[in-house]
Amino acid sequence: MFEVILLQFINGLDKGGAYALIALGLTLVFGTLGVVNFAHGALFMLGAFCAVTFQKLITLETVTVDPSQLSPWGTPVEVREPLVQAWLGDFGAVLVNYSVPFSLLLAIPVMLVIGIAMERGLIKYFYKRPHAEQILVTFGLAIVLQEIIKASFGANPIPQPVPTDLRGAADIGVMLGLNPGIITYPIWRLVYFLFSGVVIGAVFAFLRFTTFGMVVRAGMADRETVGLLGINIDRRFTIMFGLAAVVAGMAGVMYTPLLPPNYHLGMDFLVLSFVVVVVGGMGSLPGAVAAGFLLGILQSFASMTQVKALVPGIDQIIIYLVAVIILLVRPRGLLGRRGVMEA
Amino acid sequence: MPDNVVLHVSDVHKNFAGLHALSDIDLQVAEGQTHAIIGPNGAGKSTLLNVIVGRLAPSRGAVVFDGTVLTGRKPYEINQIGIARVFQTPEIFPDLTVLHNVMIPALSRRDGAFRLNMMRTLDSETAIRQEAEDVLADVGLYERRLAHAGALSRGDKRRMELAMCLIQKPRLLLLDEPTAGMSRHDTNTTIELLKKIKSRGMTKVIIEHDMHVVFSLADRISVLAGGRIIAEGMPDEVRGDPRVREAYLGGAH
Amino acid sequence: MNTILVTRNDLLLLLGFTIAVLAMPIWLQPFGAAYPDLMQRFAIYGIFAIGFNILFGLTGYLSFGHAAFFGVGSYAAVWSFKLLTMDAIPALVFAVLISGLFALLIGYVSLKRSGIYFSILTLAFAQMSYNLAYSVLTPITNGETGLQLTLADPRHLDQALGISSRSPALLGQPLLGYAGFYFCAGLLIVAFFIAQRITGSPFGMMLRAIKSNQTRMHYTGFNTRPYTLAAFVISGMYAGLAGALLAITDPLAGAERMQWAASGEVVLMTILGGVGTLVGPVIGAWIIKYFENIFSAFNEGILHRTFDFLPDGLEDAVVLVTSKFVGEGWHLTLGLVFVLIVVFLPGGIMEGVRRLVHWARRPAEPGRASPRPQPAE
Repeated sequence: MFEVILLQFINGLDKGGAYALIALGLTLVFGTLGVVNFAHGALFMLGAFCAVTFQKLITLETVTVDPSQLSPWGTPVEVREPLVQAWLGDFGAVLVNYSVPFSLLLAIPVMLVIGIAMERGLIKYFYKRPHAEQILVTFGLAIVLQEIIKASFGANPIPQPVPTDLRGAADIGVMLGLNPGIITYPIWRLVYFLFSGVVIGAVFAFLRFTTFGMVVRAGMADRETVGLLGINIDRRFTIMFGLAAVVAGMAGVMYTPLLPPNYHLGMDFLVLSFVVVVVGGMGSLPGAVAAGFLLGILQSFASMTQVKALVPGIDQIIIYLVAVIILLVRPRGLLGRRGVMEA
Repeated sequence: MPDNVVLHVSDVHKNFAGLHALSDIDLQVAEGQTHAIIGPNGAGKSTLLNVIVGRLAPSRGAVVFDGTVLTGRKPYEINQIGIARVFQTPEIFPDLTVLHNVMIPALSRRDGAFRLNMMRTLDSETAIRQEAEDVLADVGLYERRLAHAGALSRGDKRRMELAMCLIQKPRLLLLDEPTAGMSRHDTNTTIELLKKIKSRGMTKVIIEHDMHVVFSLADRISVLAGGRIIAEGMPDEVRGDPRVREAYLGGAH
Repeated sequence: MNTILVTRNDLLLLLGFTIAVLAMPIWLQPFGAAYPDLMQRFAIYGIFAIGFNILFGLTGYLSFGHAAFFGVGSYAAVWSFKLLTMDAIPALVFAVLISGLFALLIGYVSLKRSGIYFSILTLAFAQMSYNLAYSVLTPITNGETGLQLTLADPRHLDQALGISSRSPALLGQPLLGYAGFYFCAGLLIVAFFIAQRITGSPFGMMLRAIKSNQTRMHYTGFNTRPYTLAAFVISGMYAGLAGALLAITDPLAGAERMQWAASGEVVLMTILGGVGTLVGPVIGAWIIKYFENIFSAFNEGILHRTFDFLPDGLEDAVVLVTSKFVGEGWHLTLGLVFVLIVVFLPGGIMEGVRRLVHWARRPAEPGRASPRPQPAE
């Protein structure tokens, strides 16, 4: 029994990590800018397509026809050689193999630029407008972004490779002193969990230990007072929006081997992430992280055959059900501050 | 103490996170009287008003209006009992016309807290409309009745809010600084208006900074300082009380 | 402004609307949209948008889950066809009742919160319904395939009466082609009339007052919850009616009608046309359904013919760019237009028309500030 519970527990970690990362960005944006961003899921999706683009770029090939070799059909053989391999040799091969983690290098600057452009170009005009209008305009923006991706990459999911060394499963049970074969876990999902932990840690450290982070946290607590101190909050908040976009984008990049991305990936995750934010407590960063993992794990438990036999369909609705209960019983969420958006 | 008391505030305490906003508040308001609550900023005047109208729950104690316990009731129930309130910053319906702003409270008095009357038109409510126009004429806003309420000046908004309360013919009217931010002329008009209501026998509790307003209107005055009532009595008694001079009048003037 | 005048205005609006709807087959001719199938959808989504506006436009509560009621209406109507009769009336009644009950349940819970929390609650409920329709509720919804009519359907009422109709009908008259359109059009006019009455009633005034200042409503003695719940249920019933009509024109119900994208669509229609106005949401629905139909049909061949007056190279470039916005890319255009509307014209097309009228009249009335958008008319 213990093994079963442990297995489900870790099964929820990678999905929980993705929820936590998206919810973290949503919360940062809501806490600092006071904006309800329905386009945040689209940023996750854009990140995923940075990985797709990167993979496409590095697997560009030269095709040369070699008349000296004949295929069994008697036609000249086409020799394909990836350009990267031709230029960079062995390192090129590594690059191709590890295309997903390497595409973080592309995703980070791209997402930062997209985030800042979004904030300066559109979001900033909505700070003072009602939440309903913020929802509407970012919802429209999300449609635009996902349709651009659909027009450029088509509607079908595009699978991304797991690096060869990280394929297969790790036997976690053995590490914990159990018999082998009881608890095995795909290595990439483990990687994703660790990755999400590192990013979350980095964001918290950044907010806690840098002056920039302190100003932002003070701004989240009381925007007007910080403004009175003569600190230019707005510029920092612009950068904050960019950072939230980067976090969402990185989460999207690393998730591609687990779920081949398509254009509506963002909306699928957005709805869930909002639920996560609400459960954790609007405006609470630790709440967002805790709720992300909690809901990921709960979903994993709800997918157990035994549980589904008990409550049919529970795996389909568990997350929403938790959100509804939380909103009704404890509207400020698990770790939300009293009085923040309790209406 | 007069025997026709309608509003009893007994032993009310209110704490905010350990801070004593109100302690030991006992207050009796007699029917038909105008009872002013004065005191320096932060004395707890608005908190007391919020406790009476049900916006805040007291930490201890009770508010009783004419035999009905108000404590624990929702604001709309307290209004239906016959208590109306004018806010410090006017709470109005900025998107609707002045006339509609005043007709809505009249409909509340007639129809109660909820009524699903959607098969008649608002325009057929001629009696309600007539009443609203009369009240608007009383406060001097008849000419502006078709304007958007959000477009009114601050003083006009306050007068309209007063009209919204008056049309309900409340048994108790609570006024939170009804003349704050008004010109001397508007203040005098408002005083005249409130005097006119007084002659109709409406009980009023008024919070006010302006001593001119207080001494023109009040039958009785309670002085609040540091969340406690430090003096109470007729205007002349309060005016002569040295503790009041020290706590309030001396400090402010 | 006296009583009789306003009533006449309402009457004129209703009359104008009725004529515009009934004359669709004529005035839609030049637009190439005068065929029953498309006009039926105009009527159906018009009803959906009018109902949505009763909630969002009057009370300001933004629901992101109204497609759930639309979907429930469709399922209920198809079940009525399967179990009772192919007649449309029982199907409509059944659908409106079921969706109303469903809205009562969801609204009761969701309206305990307001603002963005309300939006998220409705979104969560709609996603739950959608997920369940695809999984556990397959016996009721037939999952991915969608609920369809089969030869084995009992149709108890029809059997008892000895009727063997194979397509949805109204008292024996099959609702195909123009009959189907006029049936939907008639219901659109009724739906418009009821919405007009609600807007002009004391009840409608309370809803607008809730949107304007809920705090003042409480201190004025109103229990606002039953008001918002009533508005929610009414708009849910409108959605159910629209869903049922869609099932009547094509007796098939699928879960995708309940997805958040479908909920988003009715939001788009309402905003595009003009939230809070009576006519705006209908116009928004018509425009979106019209362009969806026209734009989706555009392909590169048509584009080349459209732009063949241009020099060759330029023609190719123009076609390349425009092709991204039509056909499959129609949603991109829709998204862009929507963003522009929210940014520059929050009152939608109706506000645009008002501004134009005002601008045209400007010389006559100098020095007046631009008119504020009326909450409803």
